[in-house]
Amino acid sequence: MPEVKVLTRHFGAPGVTGLEGYRRVGGYRGLEKALRVGPEAVAAEVKASGLRGRGGAAFPTATKWSFLPQGVFPRYLCVNADESEPGCFKDRVLLEEMPHQLIEGAMIAAFALQVSHAFIYIRGEYRRQRELLERAVREAYSAHLCGPSVLGGEWGCELIVHGGAGAYICGEETALLDSLEGRRGQPRLKPPFPAVKGLYGQPTVVNNVETLSNLPYIVVEGGAAYAALGTEGSPGSRLFCVSGHVQSPGTFEVAMGKTTFRELIELAGGVRPGHHFKAMQPGGGSMQILGPQHLDLALDFKAVSDAGSSLGAGALVVMDETTCLVDVSMRLVDFYRHESCGKCVPCREGTYFESELMHRLEAGLATEAELGTLPDVCRAMDGRCFCPLGDTATWFVMSAYRMFPEEFHSHCGAGACPVRSALGAAA
Amino acid sequence: MADSGPGAAEAPPLGRETLARIRRSKQLYPWASSAILPSLWAVQEELGYLTPAALLAVAEELGLEPSEVEAVATFYSMYFRHRAGEHLIQVCRNVSCGLRGADELLRHLERALGVEDGGTTEDGAFTLEGTVECLGACGGAPMMQVDRISYENLDAAAADAVLEQVRSGAPRGRRSRARA
Ligand SMILES: Cc1cc2nc3c(=O)[nH]c(=O)nc-3n(C[C@H](O)[C@H](O)[C@H](O)COP(=O)(O)O)c2cc1C
Ligand code: SF4
Ligand code: FES
Repeated sequence: MPEVKVLTRHFGAPGVTGLEGYRRVGGYRGLEKALRVGPEAVAAEVKASGLRGRGGAAFPTATKWSFLPQGVFPRYLCVNADESEPGCFKDRVLLEEMPHQLIEGAMIAAFALQVSHAFIYIRGEYRRQRELLERAVREAYSAHLCGPSVLGGEWGCELIVHGGAGAYICGEETALLDSLEGRRGQPRLKPPFPAVKGLYGQPTVVNNVETLSNLPYIVVEGGAAYAALGTEGSPGSRLFCVSGHVQSPGTFEVAMGKTTFRELIELAGGVRPGHHFKAMQPGGGSMQILGPQHLDLALDFKAVSDAGSSLGAGALVVMDETTCLVDVSMRLVDFYRHESCGKCVPCREGTYFESELMHRLEAGLATEAELGTLPDVCRAMDGRCFCPLGDTATWFVMSAYRMFPEEFHSHCGAGACPVRSALGAAA
Repeated sequence: MADSGPGAAEAPPLGRETLARIRRSKQLYPWASSAILPSLWAVQEELGYLTPAALLAVAEELGLEPSEVEAVATFYSMYFRHRAGEHLIQVCRNVSCGLRGADELLRHLERALGVEDGGTTEDGAFTLEGTVECLGACGGAPMMQVDRISYENLDAAAADAVLEQVRSGAPRGRRSRARA
C-alpha cells in the first residue's frame, strides 16, 4: 500500500481543528519534548529525518537551518503559506484540517532556531483558512504555546499571521520578505541569503507549511523513523495534490521514493472512464511535462530529475487524450505573464511575448515562422531572469513542444484548435 | 461611506474600528511598514476599495510617506482602487480548472448575469472576474470564489444556486472540505 500517514494521520479526528481535539491525539507533545531536549537535539533529529523542503526547491531543512550565523539575534522564522503554484492545494488542506499541527511545527522550528518572532504569510485568497488559523493561534496564545513565555519557560516567541493580497511572486522567499516588510513583493538579489540577512536585515529562515507540519512527528517519533518511511534519496512521506482528468481529485499522502506516478493516479481513482492517459505535469505549473513512458517512475527526486522534470511543490496534473497541450501551455504562460513582477526585462517582456504567441497558436492563426521563434524566446529567458519565475515560465511550454511537436505544428494556420475540432464543437 | 463629493472633504476618511485595527497592527510588527498590508485590508473591508484619502490616512497613522503606501496599494491584485460590485465573483481558469470546464462555467456566468468578463451587473450586485489565477482549489475544479469564499465542483445549476444564495443574503461560507 503506497499510502502512509504522518501529516494526515489525524485528519478528521473529532475536534482536531481546535486545541482540545488536537491535544487528544497527542498534539503539542512534540513541542514539549523539544523544550526538554534543547535546540541542538531538535536540529539533530531534523537532520536525521533527511527532511527536504516541500515548498518546491527541496532544499534539506537541517542544512538551511545550519546557515544561520552563530550568536546573531534577533532571528526570524517565516512560514510560507502563500501557496499559489498552479495545481497546488496541499498547504490549504493542512491549514484546514490541522492548523495546530502547523503551529506546533512552527514553534518547534522557532525554538530550535531561537527566534523571537515567527510570521505565517498566508495568501490573501485563503480567507476562510486564515480565519481558522487565527482562531488556532489565539488558542495557542491562551495555552502559552506561543507568546512571551512558552510553556512557562524562559524562551518566548510571538506568532503573527500576515495576509498577502494577491501576488504569486510573494511565495518566492525573498519577495515574501519584502512583502512582509511592507513593500512591493519583488525578489532580492542573493547573496546575501535570508539565513544571513533576511527579514528586517536579520537572520531568517523561510519554510513551507508542509515542511514544518512534519516536525511534531519527527520530534516525537525520531528522525530515523520518519526517514525510513521513504527511501534514502527521498526520505519521509509527502502530500501530493492530484487534479485534472482523474476520477477523484484530491490530496494523497504517500511514501516518497516507493510510490510510482501510476499508483498515485490510481489513488485518485485513475483516469476518467472511457478515456486514456496522455500526459502529466508533476510539481505544479512550473515543471516539465512527462508522458506515458514515465508512469512507472517512482516519486523520487533523482528519478524525476533524470527524466527532465521535478517533483516541485508536490502537485500532479493529469491530462487525458482530450487535452490540447497548446491550450494548456497558453494557460500557463498567461499565468506567468500575469504574475511577472516586472523587475527584469527577460521575464517581463518574454512572458508577454510567449503569451501573445500561444494565443495566436491556439486560435490557429500563427504561422510556422512564428512558432519557430518560440525556442529562441525561451532561450533568451531561461537562465537569464532575475529569479526562477522567469526561467520556469519556459519549462512547460518548451518540454511540451519537444514531446508533442506535431501537436504544436498542426495548429499553424489551422484557423482553429485542431484538437478541439477533432473532438467536435461540444468540448 | 462616501469618499468624495461636496461636504465629504471634512469627514474623516476612516472609521474608528478601522483606525483601531491599523493601530493594533502597528504594535504587532518590529517595523511599522509591515502594517501596510493589514491596514489596507482593514480599509478595503470598511470602504470596499482604497480611496486616495484613505491611503493618506494610512500613511499618516503609520508614520510613512504616502508614496510608500501608494506603491504597495498598486502592486497587489486584490486591492481595488475603484468601487466594484457589491459581490466579487472570480473564476479560476488555470490548467486544472481549464481541464474540467472553467471556460464553460465562465460563459454560463456571463449569460446568467448579463455581463462580460470584467463587467459589473447593472444593479451593482456582482462584478465578474474570469482572469484570476489558481486559487488553490484545483481538486474541486471547476471553481469560483465569491467574496473570497470558494465554491467547488460547479456545474451551471450549482453556480446558479450560489448566486441565488448570495443575492438573498443567506449565511454562507461553510468551509469547503477538501477530499483527503
Ligand atoms: C516564483 C516562486 C514562487 C514560490 N512560491 C512558493 C509558495 O507559494 N510556497 C512555498 O512554500 N514556497 C514557494 N516558493 C519557494 C520558496 O522560495 C522557498 O524555497 C520555500 O518557501 C522554502 O521552504 P522549504 O525549504 O520548506 O521548501 C516559490 C519560489 C518561487 C521562485
Ligand atoms: S524573473 Fe520575473 S518575477 Fe522574477 S524578478 Fe524578474 S520580472 Fe520579477
Ligand atoms: S487551477 Fe483552478 S483552483 Fe487551481
